[in-house]
Amino acid sequence: MEVRLDVLLAILGMALVTYASRAGGYAVLRAVRPPDFVQVLLRHLPGCLFVAYVAPPLLAGGWPAWIGAVVVVLVQIASRNLGIAILAGVGSVWGLHWALPVLGLTP
Amino acid sequence: MSGSSPRPNRVVFTRQGVWRGFVVSMPLWVGMLPFGIVIGLLSAAKGLSFAETMLMTTIVFAGAAQLVALELWTDPAPILAATIATLVVNIRMAPMGAALAPWLDKLRGWKLWGTLATLVDHSFALAIAEQRAGGRDAGYLLGIGLGIWISWVACVAMGHLGGGMLQVSPGHPLFFASIAAFLSILVPLWRGARLDLLPWLVAGLVAVAAHRAALPVPLPLLAGTFAGATLGAWLEIRGRAVRWK
Repeated sequence: MEVRLDVLLAILGMALVTYASRAGGYAVLRAVRPPDFVQVLLRHLPGCLFVAYVAPPLLAGGWPAWIGAVVVVLVQIASRNLGIAILAGVGSVWGLHWALPVLGLTP
Repeated sequence: MSGSSPRPNRVVFTRQGVWRGFVVSMPLWVGMLPFGIVIGLLSAAKGLSFAETMLMTTIVFAGAAQLVALELWTDPAPILAATIATLVVNIRMAPMGAALAPWLDKLRGWKLWGTLATLVDHSFALAIAEQRAGGRDAGYLLGIGLGIWISWVACVAMGHLGGGMLQVSPGHPLFFASIAAFLSILVPLWRGARLDLLPWLVAGLVAVAAHRAALPVPLPLLAGTFAGATLGAWLEIRGRAVRWK
């Protein structure tokens, strides 16, 4: 049940900026209207962030990861359910990792 | 009409509204399971204790941010990198509160600042839909947020306890779940090729290039994100000015 000081500080930093985004966003954006460029930039941030996040590991993961990625996107489009899409993706990558050595292929 | 009868657009905050929101959130709990369990597993694999994991999950309460921070986690903890990465992921929530202003403006004290603490993508989306349909009970927003918060903490707890028992190594295919989570979040974010194709392409390429150049975390993530978003904003504003559509 230990909580280390460095971990505690990192968690507090994360919690602080998260609450600032939730509550400060409301408080600030109610009072001032940021320039158009900033508003448009904020709308582009989430998509670009998640692409920037997945691109390096997808490239490193080779084609089993690419197949998994296609499965996730297709299942998400069909089901609109995050949980089902994640399970389908993990299932296909796990299946490939298990099946490839059996078939004599390398990922 | 007498002055005592409530006007149709008067915003209220009732216990019934909170409860109704809580019930509406229940079907979403099952959807939280895989994502929450991945956070718990990853947290255990990165050496965080159960208490540390629960503390982070309870007071940060933001799946995507926790995932990004845990991916770049080191020992000793990356205080600055985790904080910056969390800010970049969560700044997307800043416009949500402003959009919910017709409800939030009528709240005071803990009802306002407590409701804001529970704000997540799901509760925002459902509350906006309710607001547009003429709903006027702001307790609904808090109810959904609370329901998701409780199920989130429970799912992460299960993941951490399970990970401790299974001893899942960081290279396990199970961790494809974190990539899968972000890919599925990307699907509803896609607004069409004209707005998103070039920015997303640039974001990915810059992130990969920065990663290959061995820049320390979270720089590849930040460089990719801001390169793509800046290009997107520039293209969109220029497109508006030229009206080339």
